[in-house]
Amino acid sequence: MPDGHSQQAFVEFDRVQKSYDGETLVVKDLNLSIGRGEFLTMLGPSGSGKTTCLMMLAGFEVATHGEIRLDGREINNIPPHKRGIGMVFQNYALFPHMSVAENLAFPLEVRKIGKSEREAKIRRALDMVQMGDFGGRRPAQLSGGQQQRVALARALVFEPELVLMDEPLGALDKQLRETLQFEITRLAHDLGITVVYVTHDQTEALTMSDRVAVFDDGRIQQLATPDALYEQPQNSFVAQFIGENNTLEGEVVALEDGRCVVRLDASGEQIDAVPVNVSKVGDKTLVSIRPERVEFDPDWDERSLTLDAEVLEFIYMGDVFRTRLRIAGRDDFIVKTRNRADQTRLRPGQKVKIGWLPQDCRALDP
Amino acid sequence: MQLPPYATTGQRIWFYTFRVICGLIFFFLIAPILTIIPLSFNAENFFTFTPGMLAFEADAYSLRHYRDFFTNPQWQSALRNSVQIAPAATLLSVALGTLAAIGLSQSHVPARRAIMAILISPMIVPLIISAAGMYFFYSRIGLQGTYLGVVLAHAALGIPFVIITVTATLVGFDNSLTRASANLGAGPVRTFFKVQMPLILPGVISGGLFAFITSFDEVVVVLFVGSAGQKTLPWQMFIGLREQISPTILAVASILVAISIALLTTVELLRRRSERMRGLSPG
Repeated sequence: MPDGHSQQAFVEFDRVQKSYDGETLVVKDLNLSIGRGEFLTMLGPSGSGKTTCLMMLAGFEVATHGEIRLDGREINNIPPHKRGIGMVFQNYALFPHMSVAENLAFPLEVRKIGKSEREAKIRRALDMVQMGDFGGRRPAQLSGGQQQRVALARALVFEPELVLMDEPLGALDKQLRETLQFEITRLAHDLGITVVYVTHDQTEALTMSDRVAVFDDGRIQQLATPDALYEQPQNSFVAQFIGENNTLEGEVVALEDGRCVVRLDASGEQIDAVPVNVSKVGDKTLVSIRPERVEFDPDWDERSLTLDAEVLEFIYMGDVFRTRLRIAGRDDFIVKTRNRADQTRLRPGQKVKIGWLPQDCRALDP
Repeated sequence: MQLPPYATTGQRIWFYTFRVICGLIFFFLIAPILTIIPLSFNAENFFTFTPGMLAFEADAYSLRHYRDFFTNPQWQSALRNSVQIAPAATLLSVALGTLAAIGLSQSHVPARRAIMAILISPMIVPLIISAAGMYFFYSRIGLQGTYLGVVLAHAALGIPFVIITVTATLVGFDNSLTRASANLGAGPVRTFFKVQMPLILPGVISGGLFAFITSFDEVVVVLFVGSAGQKTLPWQMFIGLREQISPTILAVASILVAISIALLTTVELLRRRSERMRGLSPG
């Protein structure tokens, strides 16, 4: 649990399993505790079980096995309308036959809140998402971004402690997405609410969350803070899924106290790496190196490694250059360099030397 | 539809032929109904156009058949029966049909196709067979010859229409709305009346209209299930055709056509309004 969050778990999944057909498990043995006030993202490809987990928490799906606890109380047997959890849906799910203000009034009317208090809360919630002037509009008269702001206000207006978000920005264009990412994180922190956020967009996960749970195949592959996730992926799925990643196949030839040597399959060259989930000499491994941690013509000491490479493609991307290289028998090795005034622009066919620090090179499962 | 400038001769010929065919079909459908209206103003006791009518002489036309309809106690009691039975049957069809459609649109219901087929069967089975079956069944349980019996029988005929139109509306219904409603704290009943019902109302209204017209037009089942006390308008028209051959029938038919048109128009306006409300089409 990161610092600043209460040690007692607010939301807890305890050995939760879910199967729709009674045979295949969509969620396999999920254990997860989320602290009060935490912003946790469930990240994963479609079909990885992340949305199912969110639906179980909201009460729309029933866990086949295990217990889900909210604030220490088991909620498996509480129907969704009694859980008091806010939710933002991917397609907004605004009631089309009600105006924006009526949409926001809905959860308050259910809770039998008086008219004047209701109006004050609605106004406050709409102002919070900068939609104060839109109370009289119908959802169909709003743009996608405005609709999602209203949906957000509706999920917050009855002041839930826990808010779930199911790919809420999936249908919006890039710029709007970035603005709303920022606004959602700001609101979550200002209001001190706990957020469980589901997305398949890794940038969203990295920029918004306190912690990210990477899902694949019904399991959490890694649960960590964004920087740990990016810099210390625990297996090759996480390394591949988060950010761009170069992989080289090889075999462990030496392994001792936090260091290992890997012989690359294609060229026979030996490189130093950090052993992450290799256990013994002779293990097959995938070595992972981030494209921005690779340097051209490095002038480090002899501990760093240099390899010969040939430039295949040079792509100008504005802020960065992306160079595709042939190295150790692979022709999809990517290097990213910042667009600096003194940075040379490489030409295809050019021979170069590249290198990286051993700690940036991680030996993962094959 | 306009003919594009690059159309070939063949396409041009087909373009005009197609319009002629459409016109013919239209004529075939509407001519029998339209003929009835002038005939109902016949001054004579005939079902045919008199030479005077064809010459547009004013005294060849009269309102005597309409007068007959509004004064004859037999017609009046038939009208009263129809006006009582049809709305009751409609209400029952709408209530049951809507619930059935919502239930059957949920994917977890077992054997939903089979159940749907059974519920829709009154529409498919020849009416005379349903009628005979209902006659025997209703006589056993003492419903034959009662208002309730006729209402139930007509409701059974109307339910398929409601199920079909409401099911069609539910296809476009976004299930995340009911989830959102539950998530915001509304129980199932509140969710149904505040969220689901307003949005499927157009389908419910259309289905209700069909159910109403079915009951209002129906003659076979009411002949079996009803008795003289439940004589409806179509039944009276049927008797009129067989026994009296009075052009009053034509007057009644014209009135029914007018009512149907008025009803359809009203319902269509209502439906458009509620579709605007749900934000599907621009105002």
